[in-house]
Amino acid sequence: MANHEVTFPITDPQEILKLRAGDEVTVQGHIIGIRDRTQIRIFDQGVEPPMDLKGAFLLHTAPNVRKIAEGKYEKICIGTTTSARMVRFTEPLGRQYGVRAICGKGGFPDEAIEPMHELGMVYFAIVGGAAALETTQIEEIEEVAWEELMPECLWKFRVKDFGPLTVGIDAHGNSLYRDVQTRAKAKLEELFARL
Amino acid sequence: MAIDTTTDLQHTVEDAAAHLYVWSLKDIPQDLRDALSAAREKETSVPGKRVLETIHKNINIADSEKNLVCQDTGIAVYHVRVGEHFPLHPARIYEGLRDGTARATVEHPLRSNAVHTITRENTGPNIGHRLPIVHWEFIDDWDGLDVKCVPKGSGSENMSFLKMCVPADGVKGIKQFVLESIVGAGGKPCPPGIVGVGIGGSADYAMYLAKEAIMRPIGTRNADPIVAQLEDELFGLLNETGIGPMGLGGDVTVLQCHIEHADTHMTLNPVAVNYQCWAARRASAHISATGDIDYDREF
Repeated sequence: MANHEVTFPITDPQEILKLRAGDEVTVQGHIIGIRDRTQIRIFDQGVEPPMDLKGAFLLHTAPNVRKIAEGKYEKICIGTTTSARMVRFTEPLGRQYGVRAICGKGGFPDEAIEPMHELGMVYFAIVGGAAALETTQIEEIEEVAWEELMPECLWKFRVKDFGPLTVGIDAHGNSLYRDVQTRAKAKLEELFARL
Repeated sequence: MAIDTTTDLQHTVEDAAAHLYVWSLKDIPQDLRDALSAAREKETSVPGKRVLETIHKNINIADSEKNLVCQDTGIAVYHVRVGEHFPLHPARIYEGLRDGTARATVEHPLRSNAVHTITRENTGPNIGHRLPIVHWEFIDDWDGLDVKCVPKGSGSENMSFLKMCVPADGVKGIKQFVLESIVGAGGKPCPPGIVGVGIGGSADYAMYLAKEAIMRPIGTRNADPIVAQLEDELFGLLNETGIGPMGLGGDVTVLQCHIEHADTHMTLNPVAVNYQCWAARRASAHISATGDIDYDREF
Protein backbone atom coordinates (compact mmCIF):
# COMPACT_ATOMS: atom_id res chain seq x y z
CA MET A 1 0.00 0.00 0.00
CA ALA A 2 1.80 3.05 -1.34
CA ASN A 3 1.56 6.75 -0.41
CA HIS A 4 0.85 9.36 -3.09
CA GLU A 5 0.41 13.09 -3.43
CA VAL A 6 -1.91 14.20 -6.26
CA THR A 7 -2.77 17.73 -7.40
CA PHE A 8 -6.26 18.37 -8.80
CA PRO A 9 -7.63 19.04 -11.33
CA ILE A 10 -5.46 16.48 -13.12
CA THR A 11 -4.45 16.66 -16.77
CA ASP A 12 -2.60 13.33 -17.06
CA PRO A 13 -4.81 10.21 -16.68
CA GLN A 14 -1.73 8.33 -15.38
CA GLU A 15 -2.14 10.23 -12.11
CA ILE A 16 -5.29 8.18 -11.52
CA LEU A 17 -4.07 4.90 -12.98
CA LYS A 18 -1.10 4.73 -10.58
CA LEU A 19 -3.47 4.59 -7.57
CA ARG A 20 -4.45 1.19 -6.15
CA ALA A 21 -7.21 0.25 -3.70
CA GLY A 22 -5.85 0.63 -0.15
CA ASP A 23 -3.22 3.27 -1.04
CA GLU A 24 -2.95 6.46 0.99
CA VAL A 25 -3.36 9.77 -0.85
CA THR A 26 -2.87 13.41 0.08
CA VAL A 27 -4.48 15.97 -2.22
CA GLN A 28 -3.35 19.48 -3.22
CA GLY A 29 -4.90 22.13 -5.47
CA HIS A 30 -8.62 22.63 -6.00
CA ILE A 31 -11.58 20.43 -5.19
CA ILE A 32 -15.29 20.85 -5.93
CA GLY A 33 -17.98 20.41 -3.26
CA ILE A 34 -21.19 18.79 -4.48
CA ARG A 35 -24.17 16.99 -2.92
CA ASP A 36 -27.57 15.36 -3.61
CA ARG A 37 -29.48 18.42 -4.81
CA THR A 38 -26.55 19.74 -6.87
CA GLN A 39 -26.39 16.51 -8.87
CA ILE A 40 -30.19 16.22 -9.15
CA ARG A 41 -30.12 19.68 -10.78
CA ILE A 42 -27.38 18.72 -13.25
CA PHE A 43 -28.67 15.32 -14.31
CA ASP A 44 -32.40 15.15 -13.52
CA GLN A 45 -33.21 18.76 -14.35
CA GLY A 46 -30.60 19.07 -17.13
CA VAL A 47 -28.94 22.29 -15.94
CA GLU A 48 -25.32 22.73 -17.07
CA PRO A 49 -22.95 23.23 -14.09
CA PRO A 50 -21.33 26.68 -14.17
CA MET A 51 -17.91 25.24 -13.21
CA ASP A 52 -15.45 23.20 -15.26
CA LEU A 53 -15.40 19.63 -13.92
CA LYS A 54 -12.74 18.24 -16.27
CA GLY A 55 -10.13 16.27 -14.34
CA ALA A 56 -11.87 17.33 -11.14
CA PHE A 57 -11.95 15.96 -7.62
CA LEU A 58 -15.50 16.08 -6.22
CA LEU A 59 -16.20 16.09 -2.49
CA HIS A 60 -19.58 15.00 -1.08
CA THR A 61 -20.25 17.87 1.30
CA ALA A 62 -22.68 20.49 2.60
CA PRO A 63 -20.55 22.86 4.64
CA ASN A 64 -21.33 25.12 7.60
CA VAL A 65 -20.34 28.59 6.35
CA ARG A 66 -20.71 32.28 7.20
CA LYS A 67 -21.56 34.82 4.48
CA ILE A 68 -19.09 37.72 4.52
CA ALA A 69 -19.94 39.53 1.25
CA GLU A 70 -22.02 39.03 -1.88
CA GLY A 71 -21.07 35.59 -3.22
CA LYS A 72 -18.27 35.27 -0.65
CA TYR A 73 -18.31 32.76 2.20
CA GLU A 74 -16.02 31.92 5.08
CA LYS A 75 -15.71 28.37 6.40
CA ILE A 76 -17.05 27.40 9.82
CA CYS A 77 -16.98 23.63 9.63
CA ILE A 78 -16.63 21.53 6.49
CA GLY A 79 -17.09 17.79 6.56
CA THR A 80 -18.16 14.95 4.33
CA THR A 81 -21.45 13.14 3.85
CA THR A 82 -22.42 9.54 2.99
CA SER A 83 -21.64 8.79 -0.67
CA ALA A 84 -23.86 5.78 -1.34
CA ARG A 85 -26.97 7.95 -1.91
CA MET A 86 -25.30 9.54 -4.94
CA VAL A 87 -23.76 6.52 -6.69
CA ARG A 88 -26.01 6.75 -9.77
CA PHE A 89 -24.30 9.97 -10.87
CA THR A 90 -20.86 8.33 -11.13
CA GLU A 91 -20.97 7.31 -14.78
CA PRO A 92 -22.42 10.56 -16.22
CA LEU A 93 -19.99 12.63 -14.12
CA GLY A 94 -17.10 10.74 -15.69
CA ARG A 95 -18.44 10.37 -19.21
CA GLN A 96 -20.05 13.78 -19.78
CA TYR A 97 -17.90 16.03 -17.62
CA GLY A 98 -14.54 14.25 -17.25
CA VAL A 99 -14.61 14.03 -13.45
CA ARG A 100 -11.71 11.81 -12.29
CA ALA A 101 -12.12 11.46 -8.52
CA ILE A 102 -15.06 11.31 -6.14
CA CYS A 103 -14.45 11.56 -2.41
CA GLY A 104 -16.89 10.85 0.36
CA LYS A 105 -17.54 8.66 3.33
CA GLY A 106 -18.85 5.16 3.73
CA GLY A 107 -18.00 3.96 0.22
CA PHE A 108 -19.80 3.38 -3.05
CA PRO A 109 -21.80 0.22 -3.78
CA ASP A 110 -20.48 -2.22 -6.40
CA GLU A 111 -22.32 -0.51 -9.28
CA ALA A 112 -19.60 2.19 -9.25
CA ILE A 113 -16.77 -0.29 -9.91
CA GLU A 114 -17.34 -0.81 -13.66
CA PRO A 115 -17.82 2.85 -14.68
CA MET A 116 -14.75 3.82 -12.64
CA HIS A 117 -12.77 1.08 -14.37
CA GLU A 118 -13.97 2.04 -17.84
CA LEU A 119 -13.60 5.82 -17.43
CA GLY A 120 -10.42 5.94 -15.31
CA MET A 121 -11.91 7.26 -12.08
CA VAL A 122 -11.26 6.62 -8.38
CA TYR A 123 -13.29 6.76 -5.18
CA PHE A 124 -11.46 8.22 -2.19
CA ALA A 125 -12.57 7.31 1.32
CA ILE A 126 -12.32 10.10 3.83
CA VAL A 127 -12.93 9.67 7.56
CA GLY A 128 -16.57 10.60 8.10
CA GLY A 129 -17.12 12.93 11.01
CA ALA A 130 -13.52 14.22 11.02
CA ALA A 131 -14.70 17.69 10.02
CA ALA A 132 -12.60 19.73 12.42
CA LEU A 133 -9.45 18.38 10.75
CA GLU A 134 -10.89 18.65 7.24
CA THR A 135 -11.77 22.31 7.84
CA THR A 136 -8.13 23.17 8.63
CA GLN A 137 -7.06 21.59 5.30
CA ILE A 138 -9.40 23.81 3.27
CA GLU A 139 -7.55 27.07 2.78
CA GLU A 140 -10.31 29.08 1.13
CA ILE A 141 -13.75 28.91 -0.42
CA GLU A 142 -12.85 30.42 -3.79
CA GLU A 143 -16.19 30.20 -5.60
CA VAL A 144 -19.78 29.25 -5.01
CA ALA A 145 -22.51 28.67 -7.59
CA TRP A 146 -26.21 27.94 -7.17
CA GLU A 147 -26.42 29.69 -3.78
CA GLU A 148 -30.18 29.10 -3.75
CA LEU A 149 -29.43 25.43 -2.98
CA MET A 150 -27.59 26.40 0.24
CA PRO A 151 -25.87 24.43 1.67
CA GLU A 152 -26.02 22.01 -1.28
CA CYS A 153 -24.41 24.50 -3.69
CA LEU A 154 -21.52 23.90 -6.05
CA TRP A 155 -18.40 24.91 -4.08
CA LYS A 156 -14.81 25.44 -5.16
CA PHE A 157 -12.27 24.99 -2.38
CA ARG A 158 -8.50 25.51 -2.42
CA VAL A 159 -6.92 22.80 -0.27
CA LYS A 160 -3.55 22.07 1.26
CA ASP A 161 -2.48 18.57 2.36
CA PHE A 162 -6.06 17.31 2.14
CA GLY A 163 -6.21 13.85 3.69
CA PRO A 164 -5.14 11.25 4.50
CA LEU A 165 -7.53 9.62 2.02
CA THR A 166 -7.71 5.90 1.27
CA VAL A 167 -8.30 4.67 -2.28
CA GLY A 168 -11.57 2.77 -1.76
CA ILE A 169 -12.23 1.93 -5.43
CA ASP A 170 -9.48 2.20 -8.05
CA ALA A 171 -9.57 2.52 -11.85
CA HIS A 172 -8.53 -1.13 -12.27
CA GLY A 173 -11.76 -2.74 -11.08
CA ASN A 174 -10.78 -3.18 -7.41
CA SER A 175 -12.96 -2.18 -4.45
CA LEU A 176 -12.04 -2.42 -0.78
CA TYR A 177 -15.75 -2.29 0.05
CA ARG A 178 -16.56 -5.31 -2.12
CA ASP A 179 -13.64 -7.23 -0.57
CA VAL A 180 -14.72 -6.39 3.00
CA GLN A 181 -18.36 -7.35 2.28
CA THR A 182 -17.37 -10.65 0.64
CA ARG A 183 -15.24 -11.60 3.65
CA ALA A 184 -17.87 -10.41 6.15
CA LYS A 185 -20.65 -12.41 4.50
CA ALA A 186 -18.53 -15.57 4.62
CA LYS A 187 -17.77 -14.80 8.27
CA LEU A 188 -21.48 -14.39 9.04
CA GLU A 189 -22.14 -17.95 7.88
CA GLU A 190 -19.52 -19.12 10.33
CA LEU A 191 -20.87 -16.98 13.19
CA PHE A 192 -24.46 -18.10 12.59
CA ALA A 193 -23.37 -21.74 12.79
CA ARG A 194 -21.95 -20.97 16.25
CA LEU A 195 -25.09 -19.32 17.64
CA MET B 1 -44.87 34.80 42.19
CA ALA B 2 -45.71 31.38 40.82
CA ILE B 3 -45.66 32.82 37.29
CA ASP B 4 -42.21 34.33 37.82
CA THR B 5 -40.80 31.02 39.03
CA THR B 6 -42.17 29.29 35.93
CA THR B 7 -40.72 31.91 33.59
CA ASP B 8 -37.31 31.85 35.27
CA LEU B 9 -37.10 28.06 35.31
CA GLN B 10 -38.14 27.85 31.68
CA HIS B 11 -35.34 30.28 30.81
CA THR B 12 -32.93 28.15 32.82
CA VAL B 13 -33.94 25.08 30.80
CA GLU B 14 -33.51 27.12 27.61
CA ASP B 15 -30.01 28.25 28.69
CA ALA B 16 -29.06 24.67 29.54
CA ALA B 17 -30.32 23.32 26.21
CA ALA B 18 -28.49 26.02 24.22
CA HIS B 19 -25.26 25.28 26.08
CA LEU B 20 -25.61 21.48 25.89
CA TYR B 21 -26.28 21.46 22.14
CA VAL B 22 -23.11 23.40 21.27
CA TRP B 23 -21.01 21.76 23.97
CA SER B 24 -21.95 18.25 22.83
CA LEU B 25 -21.02 19.09 19.22
CA LYS B 26 -17.52 20.30 20.19
CA ASP B 27 -16.33 18.32 23.17
CA ILE B 28 -17.01 14.59 23.04
CA PRO B 29 -17.35 12.72 26.37
CA GLN B 30 -14.42 11.10 28.16
CA ASP B 31 -15.80 7.54 27.99
CA LEU B 32 -15.91 7.87 24.19
CA ARG B 33 -12.37 9.29 24.04
CA ASP B 34 -11.15 6.33 26.10
CA ALA B 35 -12.96 3.81 23.90
CA LEU B 36 -11.53 5.37 20.72
CA SER B 37 -8.02 5.34 22.22
CA ALA B 38 -8.40 1.66 23.11
CA ALA B 39 -9.62 0.98 19.55
CA ARG B 40 -6.54 2.71 18.14
CA GLU B 41 -4.30 0.43 20.24
CA LYS B 42 -6.17 -2.68 19.19
CA GLU B 43 -6.61 -2.14 15.44
CA THR B 44 -4.14 -3.97 13.17
CA SER B 45 -5.37 -3.23 9.61
CA VAL B 46 -3.50 -0.45 7.75
CA PRO B 47 -6.59 1.50 6.54
CA GLY B 48 -8.26 0.91 9.93
CA LYS B 49 -5.31 2.34 11.83
CA ARG B 50 -5.20 5.30 9.43
CA VAL B 51 -8.87 6.02 10.17
CA LEU B 52 -8.45 5.81 13.96
CA GLU B 53 -5.31 8.02 13.85
CA THR B 54 -7.26 10.59 11.85
CA ILE B 55 -10.16 10.46 14.34
CA HIS B 56 -7.71 11.03 17.19
CA LYS B 57 -6.18 14.02 15.38
CA ASN B 58 -9.63 15.39 14.60
CA ILE B 59 -10.76 15.28 18.24
CA ASN B 60 -7.62 17.16 19.29
CA ILE B 61 -8.14 19.82 16.60
CA ALA B 62 -11.81 20.25 17.60
CA ASP B 63 -10.54 20.85 21.18
CA SER B 64 -7.81 23.33 20.22
CA GLU B 65 -9.80 25.22 17.55
CA LYS B 66 -13.03 25.01 19.55
CA ASN B 67 -14.68 23.74 16.38
CA LEU B 68 -17.37 21.13 15.82
CA VAL B 69 -16.11 17.54 15.83
CA CYS B 70 -18.41 16.72 12.88
CA GLN B 71 -20.18 19.08 10.48
CA ASP B 72 -23.48 17.23 10.86
CA THR B 73 -25.17 19.09 13.69
CA GLY B 74 -27.78 16.36 13.58
CA ILE B 75 -31.32 16.26 14.76
CA ALA B 76 -31.51 17.44 18.39
CA VAL B 77 -32.61 14.59 20.66
CA TYR B 78 -32.97 15.11 24.40
CA HIS B 79 -33.40 12.61 27.19
CA VAL B 80 -34.93 14.26 30.25
CA ARG B 81 -35.61 12.90 33.71
CA VAL B 82 -38.24 14.97 35.49
CA GLY B 83 -38.67 14.68 39.23
CA GLU B 84 -42.33 14.57 40.28
CA HIS B 85 -41.78 17.67 42.44
CA PHE B 86 -39.79 19.70 39.88
CA PRO B 87 -41.68 22.99 39.81
CA LEU B 88 -42.05 23.36 36.01
CA HIS B 89 -44.62 21.56 33.86
CA PRO B 90 -43.22 19.31 31.09
CA ALA B 91 -45.01 21.46 28.48
CA ARG B 92 -42.84 24.41 29.58
CA ILE B 93 -39.74 22.18 29.81
CA TYR B 94 -40.34 21.25 26.15
CA GLU B 95 -40.64 24.90 25.19
CA GLY B 96 -37.37 25.65 26.95
CA LEU B 97 -35.58 22.82 25.13
CA ARG B 98 -36.97 23.93 21.77
CA ASP B 99 -36.09 27.60 22.28
CA GLY B 100 -32.59 26.67 23.50
CA THR B 101 -31.97 24.52 20.42
CA ALA B 102 -33.08 27.35 18.12
CA ARG B 103 -31.04 29.96 19.99
CA ALA B 104 -27.84 27.90 19.82
CA THR B 105 -28.37 27.31 16.10
CA VAL B 106 -28.81 31.02 15.35
CA GLU B 107 -26.21 32.41 17.72
CA HIS B 108 -23.27 30.06 17.00
CA PRO B 109 -24.34 29.75 14.04
CA LEU B 110 -24.88 26.02 13.42
CA ARG B 111 -26.04 24.36 10.21
CA SER B 112 -29.80 23.97 10.31
CA ASN B 113 -30.87 20.52 9.13
CA ALA B 114 -34.61 20.57 9.88
CA VAL B 115 -36.89 20.32 6.84
CA HIS B 116 -40.57 19.54 6.18
CA THR B 117 -40.59 15.83 5.48
CA ILE B 118 -42.52 16.17 2.19
CA THR B 119 -41.70 19.62 0.79
CA ARG B 120 -38.08 19.41 2.07
CA GLU B 121 -38.24 23.14 2.87
CA ASN B 122 -36.22 24.24 5.90
CA THR B 123 -38.48 24.65 8.94
CA GLY B 124 -36.30 26.78 11.18
CA PRO B 125 -33.13 26.71 13.26
CA ASN B 126 -33.07 22.94 13.93
CA ILE B 127 -36.68 23.04 15.14
CA GLY B 128 -39.96 22.20 13.42
CA HIS B 129 -43.13 20.18 13.80
CA ARG B 130 -42.30 17.69 16.61
CA LEU B 131 -38.63 18.76 16.57
CA PRO B 132 -36.58 18.57 18.73
CA ILE B 133 -37.31 15.04 19.90
CA VAL B 134 -37.59 14.40 23.64
CA HIS B 135 -37.48 11.12 25.54
CA TRP B 136 -39.28 11.63 28.85
CA GLU B 137 -38.70 9.81 32.10
CA PHE B 138 -40.54 10.66 35.33
CA ILE B 139 -38.90 10.10 38.71
CA ASP B 140 -40.83 9.57 41.92
CA ASP B 141 -40.09 11.52 45.07
CA TRP B 142 -37.56 13.98 43.54
CA ASP B 143 -37.57 17.68 42.71
CA GLY B 144 -34.74 17.82 40.15
CA LEU B 145 -34.43 17.78 36.35
CA ASP B 146 -31.73 16.01 34.32
CA VAL B 147 -31.25 16.93 30.68
CA LYS B 148 -29.09 15.04 28.21
CA CYS B 149 -28.57 16.32 24.66
CA VAL B 150 -27.67 13.81 21.94
CA PRO B 151 -27.42 15.41 18.47
CA LYS B 152 -28.05 12.50 16.11
CA GLY B 153 -26.26 12.54 12.77
CA SER B 154 -28.09 11.32 9.68
CA GLY B 155 -25.34 9.04 8.36
CA SER B 156 -25.86 6.74 11.30
CA GLU B 157 -29.61 7.34 11.70
CA ASN B 158 -30.13 6.19 8.09
CA MET B 159 -28.68 2.86 9.22
CA SER B 160 -31.66 1.91 11.43
CA PHE B 161 -33.34 -1.46 11.11
CA LEU B 162 -36.42 -3.19 12.48
CA LYS B 163 -37.48 -6.81 12.29
CA MET B 164 -40.56 -8.41 13.76
CA CYS B 165 -38.97 -11.75 14.61
CA VAL B 166 -41.41 -14.43 15.74
CA PRO B 167 -41.10 -16.19 19.11
CA ALA B 168 -39.80 -19.33 17.35
CA ASP B 169 -36.80 -17.27 16.07
CA GLY B 170 -35.78 -16.92 19.71
CA VAL B 171 -32.70 -15.01 20.86
CA LYS B 172 -30.81 -16.55 17.95
CA GLY B 173 -33.04 -14.62 15.52
CA ILE B 174 -32.24 -11.40 17.41
CA LYS B 175 -28.50 -12.01 17.23
CA GLN B 176 -28.62 -12.86 13.53
CA PHE B 177 -30.60 -9.74 12.69
CA VAL B 178 -28.19 -7.45 14.59
CA LEU B 179 -25.18 -9.04 12.86
CA GLU B 180 -26.75 -8.84 9.38
CA SER B 181 -27.74 -5.21 9.96
CA ILE B 182 -24.25 -4.10 10.94
CA VAL B 183 -22.58 -5.99 8.08
CA GLY B 184 -25.12 -4.54 5.64
CA ALA B 185 -24.53 -1.02 6.94
CA GLY B 186 -20.79 -1.37 6.20
CA GLY B 187 -18.96 1.97 6.36
CA LYS B 188 -22.03 4.16 5.96
CA PRO B 189 -22.80 4.85 9.67
CA CYS B 190 -19.17 5.91 10.41
CA PRO B 191 -17.95 2.90 12.41
CA PRO B 192 -16.68 2.16 14.98
CA GLY B 193 -19.65 3.41 16.99
CA ILE B 194 -22.27 2.33 19.48
CA VAL B 195 -24.80 -0.25 18.35
CA GLY B 196 -28.10 0.33 20.12
CA VAL B 197 -30.49 -2.60 20.21
CA GLY B 198 -34.09 -2.46 21.40
CA ILE B 199 -35.88 -5.73 22.06
CA GLY B 200 -39.41 -6.48 23.12
CA GLY B 201 -42.33 -4.10 23.57
CA SER B 202 -43.92 -3.30 20.21
CA ALA B 203 -42.50 -2.28 16.82
CA ASP B 204 -42.36 1.43 17.67
CA TYR B 205 -41.23 0.87 21.25
CA ALA B 206 -38.37 -1.43 20.19
CA MET B 207 -36.94 1.39 18.05
CA TYR B 208 -37.48 3.90 20.86
CA LEU B 209 -35.52 1.60 23.18
CA ALA B 210 -32.75 1.21 20.61
CA LYS B 211 -32.38 5.00 20.65
CA GLU B 212 -32.29 4.98 24.47
CA ALA B 213 -29.51 2.40 24.21
CA ILE B 214 -27.23 4.60 22.07
CA MET B 215 -27.66 7.48 24.55
CA ARG B 216 -26.02 5.52 27.40
CA PRO B 217 -22.39 6.23 28.29
CA ILE B 218 -19.93 3.59 27.08
CA GLY B 219 -19.16 1.14 29.86
CA THR B 220 -22.67 1.11 31.30
CA ARG B 221 -24.48 -2.23 31.22
CA ASN B 222 -28.10 -3.26 31.24
CA ALA B 223 -29.25 -3.83 34.83
CA ASP B 224 -30.75 -7.23 33.95
CA PRO B 225 -27.85 -9.76 33.95
CA ILE B 226 -29.46 -11.84 31.17
CA VAL B 227 -29.59 -8.79 28.90
CA ALA B 228 -26.11 -7.63 29.96
CA GLN B 229 -24.75 -11.02 28.92
CA LEU B 230 -26.36 -10.61 25.50
CA GLU B 231 -24.71 -7.16 25.22
CA ASP B 232 -21.30 -8.76 25.80
CA GLU B 233 -21.94 -11.60 23.39
CA LEU B 234 -23.12 -9.32 20.58
CA PHE B 235 -20.19 -6.95 21.15
CA GLY B 236 -17.76 -9.84 20.62
CA LEU B 237 -19.59 -11.20 17.57
CA LEU B 238 -19.91 -7.80 15.89
CA ASN B 239 -16.16 -7.25 16.15
CA GLU B 240 -15.55 -10.56 14.39
CA THR B 241 -17.30 -9.37 11.21
CA GLY B 242 -14.18 -7.51 9.99
CA ILE B 243 -16.12 -4.44 8.73
CA GLY B 244 -13.59 -2.23 10.54
CA PRO B 245 -13.20 1.54 10.91
CA MET B 246 -15.19 3.39 8.20
CA GLY B 247 -15.94 0.00 6.62
CA LEU B 248 -12.41 -0.28 5.19
CA GLY B 249 -11.76 -3.59 6.95
CA GLY B 250 -10.28 -4.25 10.38
CA ASP B 251 -10.61 -5.55 13.91
CA VAL B 252 -12.72 -2.77 15.44
CA THR B 253 -16.23 -2.53 14.01
CA VAL B 254 -18.09 -1.33 17.11
CA LEU B 255 -17.05 0.40 20.35
CA GLN B 256 -19.91 -1.09 22.33
CA CYS B 257 -23.28 -2.79 22.02
CA HIS B 258 -26.01 -1.49 24.34
CA ILE B 259 -29.40 -3.18 24.69
CA GLU B 260 -32.61 -1.82 26.22
CA HIS B 261 -35.55 -4.15 26.60
CA ALA B 262 -39.24 -4.20 27.46
CA ASP B 263 -41.58 -7.08 28.19
CA THR B 264 -43.72 -7.96 25.22
CA HIS B 265 -46.74 -9.88 23.93
CA MET B 266 -46.44 -13.69 23.94
CA THR B 267 -46.57 -13.72 20.11
CA LEU B 268 -44.10 -10.86 19.56
CA ASN B 269 -40.29 -10.82 19.36
CA PRO B 270 -39.38 -7.41 17.89
CA VAL B 271 -35.77 -6.29 17.45
CA ALA B 272 -34.63 -2.82 16.43
CA VAL B 273 -31.14 -1.54 15.67
CA ASN B 274 -30.17 2.12 15.93
CA TYR B 275 -26.57 3.02 15.17
CA GLN B 276 -24.57 5.84 16.74
CA CYS B 277 -21.44 6.93 14.81
CA TRP B 278 -17.94 7.15 16.35
CA ALA B 279 -18.62 10.85 17.00
CA ALA B 280 -21.21 9.82 19.60
CA ARG B 281 -21.94 13.31 20.85
CA ARG B 282 -23.57 13.65 24.22
CA ALA B 283 -23.72 16.24 27.03
CA SER B 284 -25.72 16.38 30.24
CA ALA B 285 -26.79 18.83 32.92
CA HIS B 286 -28.68 18.72 36.18
CA ILE B 287 -31.08 21.55 37.02
CA SER B 288 -32.21 21.99 40.61
CA ALA B 289 -35.69 23.11 41.70
CA THR B 290 -34.19 26.53 42.46
CA GLY B 291 -32.72 26.85 38.95
CA ASP B 292 -29.03 26.06 39.53
CA ILE B 293 -27.37 24.28 36.60
CA ASP B 294 -24.67 21.68 37.16
CA TYR B 295 -22.91 20.63 33.95
CA ASP B 296 -20.78 17.97 35.62
CA ARG B 297 -23.50 15.48 36.40
CA GLU B 298 -23.57 12.71 33.82
CA PHE B 299 -26.46 10.27 33.67
